[in-house]
Amino acid sequence: MSTVAKTPHEIHVAPAFDVQKVRKDFPVLDQKVHGKPLVYLDNAATTQKPLAVMEAIENYYRHDNSNIHRGVHALSERATEAYEAVRVAAQKFLNAADSKEIIFVRGTTEGINLVAQTYGRKNVGPGDEVLITALEHHSNIVPWQLLCEEKGAKLRVAPINDRGELRLEEFEKLLGPKTKIVAVGHLSNALGTINPVREIVRMAHARNIPVLVDGAQAAPRMPVDVQSLDCDFYAISGHKMYGPTGIGVLYGKTRLLEAMPPYQGGGDMIASVTFDKTIYNRLPYKFEAGTPNIADTIGLGAAIEYLNGLGMEQIEAHEADLLTYATSKVGAIPGVQLIGTAHEKAGVLSFVMEDIHPHDIGTILDREGIAVRTGHHCAQPVMQRFNIPATARASFGLYNTRGEVDALAAGIRKVREVMG
Amino acid sequence: MSELRELYQEVILEHSKKPRNYRALDGANHRAEGYNPLCGDHFTVYLDVKDGKISDIGFQGSGCAISKASASMMTQTLKGKTAAEAEEVFTRFHDLVTGHGSGSEQDLGKLAVFAGVSEFPLRVKCATLAWHALRAALRGEEQAVSTE
Repeated sequence: MSTVAKTPHEIHVAPAFDVQKVRKDFPVLDQKVHGKPLVYLDNAATTQKPLAVMEAIENYYRHDNSNIHRGVHALSERATEAYEAVRVAAQKFLNAADSKEIIFVRGTTEGINLVAQTYGRKNVGPGDEVLITALEHHSNIVPWQLLCEEKGAKLRVAPINDRGELRLEEFEKLLGPKTKIVAVGHLSNALGTINPVREIVRMAHARNIPVLVDGAQAAPRMPVDVQSLDCDFYAISGHKMYGPTGIGVLYGKTRLLEAMPPYQGGGDMIASVTFDKTIYNRLPYKFEAGTPNIADTIGLGAAIEYLNGLGMEQIEAHEADLLTYATSKVGAIPGVQLIGTAHEKAGVLSFVMEDIHPHDIGTILDREGIAVRTGHHCAQPVMQRFNIPATARASFGLYNTRGEVDALAAGIRKVREVMG
Repeated sequence: MSELRELYQEVILEHSKKPRNYRALDGANHRAEGYNPLCGDHFTVYLDVKDGKISDIGFQGSGCAISKASASMMTQTLKGKTAAEAEEVFTRFHDLVTGHGSGSEQDLGKLAVFAGVSEFPLRVKCATLAWHALRAALRGEEQAVSTE
């Protein structure tokens, strides 16, 4: 074996990105909708799943299904091993320092709620402030509102400019002695804006304020390195990165996680229980009460492996090409206005068409086989900022092609034709 | 394409661009809001009910072509009707757009242009939003109604 040359995979050079080959990994893409080939451009809502993910889940149930961290029997051992291997895979995917910093949760929403309800409840008091940005998804607004309401604290919101970029100098002005935590999205699901997270963290840390990053949209679109970002918490969702629904990851720095009270009580999160006192388990189990979503965790592991195989840099470059192409193609259609034109942007093309409501755009595109999202994208404050009720949003995934962007542009022209 | 044409008929497009009775009524004695938060459609329906009849009706708000045209044509149809008659039109219109009609929807007059909605189940909520707001207004319900 030692004489065999290393394959490109082993020396971590991803093969050239071949989108047509990649598409074959996603059975759902091979179908017609209303008689037209499906063009799936709703990836910011959820991504399709490669065969490898489906097979991993099926194989687990077929061969290894068992509860983890409990039994001494073979199946339990296999299930535990597979589950914990995903923790290590997620650690590497996010470049966390230690696998105990990886907490499995239902998704980004639960990850943010966990931090708000543990770190937040312990550290935010009356008169204190939580700072977010005007770009946030409702899942990075409402958990903080709930916390502020309970504690008599105040939610502050850093503004964005007309391109949909965070106004960093205004953000910095809002950081003060009362600010107890900052929560920002890495990549806006409504506009595609990439926030300058490293800069945000630097500003917050200069005042000893921890930063939570909502990474739901960034994780499937670019390499993420939590140590380089130096953020304190980073939350992601499996289903937005080609994995199953119902599973996600919360990364947290050990020092913070250890000081935080548990989120939920139950089995697995304890070291010992008597009616007088319960001693909590060590990290990460302190935050994983009850039997977890084992099968989907294993599915997430397969998704991470799939993404690693393609290479996040390659995926990032492919989607950057699609977005640039789509921006010029769609932006050139008379009557179309792009919403969100940040210099640093990825994955998302939000637009409106003069007098045509996004809902009508969505229906007509659907008849062309094109799946886009229309509405406020769970980011109503963003819509209010641009004084629009909704947008139509095309969001790209690793399997989309320039040909599909052409189909989108043709579909939008059809919208104009139908609506007169 | 033909289904799309059925949905977006000229009359509907015309009403969506130039909605009738598009105004708040100063003398309204009934009003209600229809709001579909997921898609953002948001209308207020104003009624002036005198001697049991809708003597005047108006609406304002924003929404897609289907919801706006439906609201516009609703106001045209219901002016001068009693509350009971309005309820009856509501039921027939609802049957028409959901495709659950038993034939009663046939005398809807101009409103029959909304028959195409039944091929687009996701758009029924748009076509019926203003109608549900109307019903809430007649019944004096204060909470905004939703069809989502």
